[in-house]
Amino acid sequence: MKLSRRCFLSFSIGGAAGTALTPLPWKIADDLSIWSQNWPWTPVPADGAYQYVDTTCTLCPGHCGIRVRKVDGRAVKIESREAAAMNAHGGICLLGLSGLQLLYGPTRIPGPMKRNGQRGQGNFAPVTWREAIEDLTAKLADIREQGKPQSLACLAPEGDGTVSRLMQRFAAAYGTPNLMTMPSMADGYRAALRLTQGIDGHVGLDVENCDLLLSFGSALLEGYGSAPRMMRAVNRIKAQHGKLLQVEPRLSKTAAKADLWLAAKPGTEADLALAMAHVIITRQRYDEGFAADHIEGFADFAAMVRRGYAPKAVAKTTGVDARKIVEAALAFSDAKRPLAVWGRGKGQMAGSLKEVLAVNSLNALMGRINRPGGMLGIPAYDYIRWPEAGRDGIAAAGLQSGRADGGGTPRYPHAGQLVHRFIDRVQAGKSQIQALLVGECNPCYHLAHTEQVKAAMDAIPYIVSFSSFWDETALQADLVLPSHLYLERYEDIPLTTGASRPLVGLCRPVVDPLLDTQHPGDTLIQIAHGLKGSVAEAFPWTGYTDCLKQSLSGHWAKMIAKGAWMADNAPVADWDRAFNTPTGKLVLMNAELAQVYRAKAAAPQGDAERYPLQLIPYDTIRLSSRYGGSPPFMVKTVSDRVLKGQDGFVQINPDTAGRLGFAEGDRALLATPLGQAPVRIHLDAGTMPDVVAMPNGLGHTTDDPFLAGKGVNPNRLIGTVEDPASGMNMAWGIRAKLIRA
Amino acid sequence: MSRSDDAQAKEIEGDAHPAAPPKANGAVSYIILFFIIGFALSVAFGWGLFPRLLYSQKNQPVDFNHKLHVALVDDGCQSCHFFRPDGTFAGSPRMAQCIDCHSEMQGQSENEAIFFEQYVLKGHEVPWRVYARQPDCVFFSHSAHVYGAKLDCVTCHGRTGDSERLRPYEENLISGYSRDIWGHNIAGFKQNTWDRMKMDDCAECHARHDTLHDSSVQTGRDACFVCHK
Repeated sequence: MKLSRRCFLSFSIGGAAGTALTPLPWKIADDLSIWSQNWPWTPVPADGAYQYVDTTCTLCPGHCGIRVRKVDGRAVKIESREAAAMNAHGGICLLGLSGLQLLYGPTRIPGPMKRNGQRGQGNFAPVTWREAIEDLTAKLADIREQGKPQSLACLAPEGDGTVSRLMQRFAAAYGTPNLMTMPSMADGYRAALRLTQGIDGHVGLDVENCDLLLSFGSALLEGYGSAPRMMRAVNRIKAQHGKLLQVEPRLSKTAAKADLWLAAKPGTEADLALAMAHVIITRQRYDEGFAADHIEGFADFAAMVRRGYAPKAVAKTTGVDARKIVEAALAFSDAKRPLAVWGRGKGQMAGSLKEVLAVNSLNALMGRINRPGGMLGIPAYDYIRWPEAGRDGIAAAGLQSGRADGGGTPRYPHAGQLVHRFIDRVQAGKSQIQALLVGECNPCYHLAHTEQVKAAMDAIPYIVSFSSFWDETALQADLVLPSHLYLERYEDIPLTTGASRPLVGLCRPVVDPLLDTQHPGDTLIQIAHGLKGSVAEAFPWTGYTDCLKQSLSGHWAKMIAKGAWMADNAPVADWDRAFNTPTGKLVLMNAELAQVYRAKAAAPQGDAERYPLQLIPYDTIRLSSRYGGSPPFMVKTVSDRVLKGQDGFVQINPDTAGRLGFAEGDRALLATPLGQAPVRIHLDAGTMPDVVAMPNGLGHTTDDPFLAGKGVNPNRLIGTVEDPASGMNMAWGIRAKLIRA
Repeated sequence: MSRSDDAQAKEIEGDAHPAAPPKANGAVSYIILFFIIGFALSVAFGWGLFPRLLYSQKNQPVDFNHKLHVALVDDGCQSCHFFRPDGTFAGSPRMAQCIDCHSEMQGQSENEAIFFEQYVLKGHEVPWRVYARQPDCVFFSHSAHVYGAKLDCVTCHGRTGDSERLRPYEENLISGYSRDIWGHNIAGFKQNTWDRMKMDDCAECHARHDTLHDSSVQTGRDACFVCHK
């Protein structure tokens, strides 16, 4: 027998024919299709019992009600909740939706850590909670023994609930006046409310009932206050043929939706508001009854705007045509229930006191104070009624020593706190701070001029971070005491930012803590107990939950059942008691306010000759510029004209770009007096000429694999500009130039 | 070089002798023989060896006795394989249900010892291998079939409740799913309704009971995404 090629072919054909008569080909095809539709490397979450937990989102001061879907013990989705909270009609923003990526993300700190090696190298060794607290209390006790409790400083996120109050109580019992919160528009609104209405509290904005919104740079559609609440308000106004007026140097999403867009030069917004007041007063469009009965200093105010803020004059400073100013003022005064709102972007940037007073004066002129659809002066929440903490001699002496930042002193009477001055003084060696407690915030990223902030940190021998994430500040710390994330803990959340109702939301644990973290309230109580003496006595609770239940007393059960509780201090409708000023009227002008209005607007930092452009930061709803940063879901939504690969883009007007010789996509170095950064150019006709716009929220320098190294952090390039009236940081960008890369 | 090539070469060389006729019979018989060998081997492979190579057999972590448990509980299968209050099906029981009875060791069997020491004492869930698990892209509502269509468990799962031992779990090495989906018969033939769990088997029952819906505008029948999510 000779094996030929034909035999082999015949064998193969026989094999093929035989195979076709077996299930093999069909079975393999079927299995391959199932395999290819269910890639084995694609994670499939385990099935289990479904459960929903209602809680409150605390990723931004908007504090929306959220509902978290769980499968067994694992949270799988965050949804909006039609809640008795900010977003009463539901809705949720991108950050709120992506919260689970923060919870389960790779940048969480697994447990308490102590620094090894040089600061900033990122070498940390795990320690137990007991060791960490002992280490910290030994250090703090030592500082107290030296009789210098004021050399402890605390920097906390804004807030008004028990966690913030515990920090305040700790600082007071310990004996340091140096407690600060991260700057935001709340500082400006608070100062303005105190000056004009004599109320210590927050400004409520009844956007649900107004028919015209005049916004001074507020990102109403991009995350100002509670994003879903504001979006709903704008949609309602437009549907009911109301108007939206936006003052902003770039065509933001909000400006694009506005009926009238006024692109005022950055920093001249106060003048624009006063020019509108000029039109309203000279044309007798104001609420005469309200002015006569409830306004103090109307004549002086009117005289001031007549003297210095005629639209024609202001047109020159603001760059807005005088006719447009008049048009906006007439639209504002024609509306039945107009409301002017203040707070640049999402309200996380600083601003000038003059500007917030000028904007509020528009509301006052139209009688839109404490009325439906108007601006409400809401007294501070007073449901937390702890007995006065006893102070020993060391604490009393320390509290007498005066604040390192000068806030609240005769020099800066309108500012409760001035974080940038604190940073300045510490960096310059003018303030001996031995230890710094940083709450759940990230000053090394969020404060202006981050290099200076880091330099100030270097001058502080002992830094403790309560951060749950390896953020820029935690990496600079000597001791890290990671906190539970909002989905792992109880907390009372009194609504403040623009909330028109005094409502306290409840944040409650959705999942058991994933890591060896602690509630920041527990950590503070443990530190206080470790210090013994009067400091420990000021904290008579066994733990935070005990403290919270006692603080809410009879309301606890209600909050557990309903997820929120309407506090008693409702806005006062009784005009006799509405304003807590000496005259019982709303102050539009007096000597104190005249001084604020007289203060010259500070120019942006930098020489206009050397730096012909102005860099301004802007907020987008696609990026978070808060503690925790942007989760990957958010970064993925950013346009490739904002972020492409690792390259961050700046927006610039095509005319300006043409003059400088830049085309779309070109690489450039953006230089400011504080430093320079590589950027790429995006031509945007909606950006004012000679302005360079850069988004907030990029340029992280941590090890976050999804966020770090992408784009540029504007805070690295922008410094502080002190408001001559209040001392608060009013920087609206900085002078800049673009250099061909 | 083949025979025809040889003949052609000789012609070209001018050989006057006619080419010898090929030994056709012998060659053809070889060709047929090899065809049959190939055919037989592939048939044997496809029907015999292939199913054994395709599946790997894995034992369950604990050899569970369904018959014993069914006799002890009040509510049949649903005592352990129950519906949650929201209507979703719990599937294989979790330790939380097991320890209702097994918080202490029940009996002295080897399996009970494994179960109690390895799982109950350590607080670990038993990693049961689920014979009827469908691919993740398949959505199936037990509630609709048990309460809506009044199907009993046996219709799809067979007489599992009568079994005293758990048979080995056979995992498909390509798709990673259980052999029960395709069925034990490699050709896909079935004798009982519970022998297979492929889409055709769903469709067969739905067609027989006239339970086709019209959620697809195009086909007037069930849309793909009713089951394929």
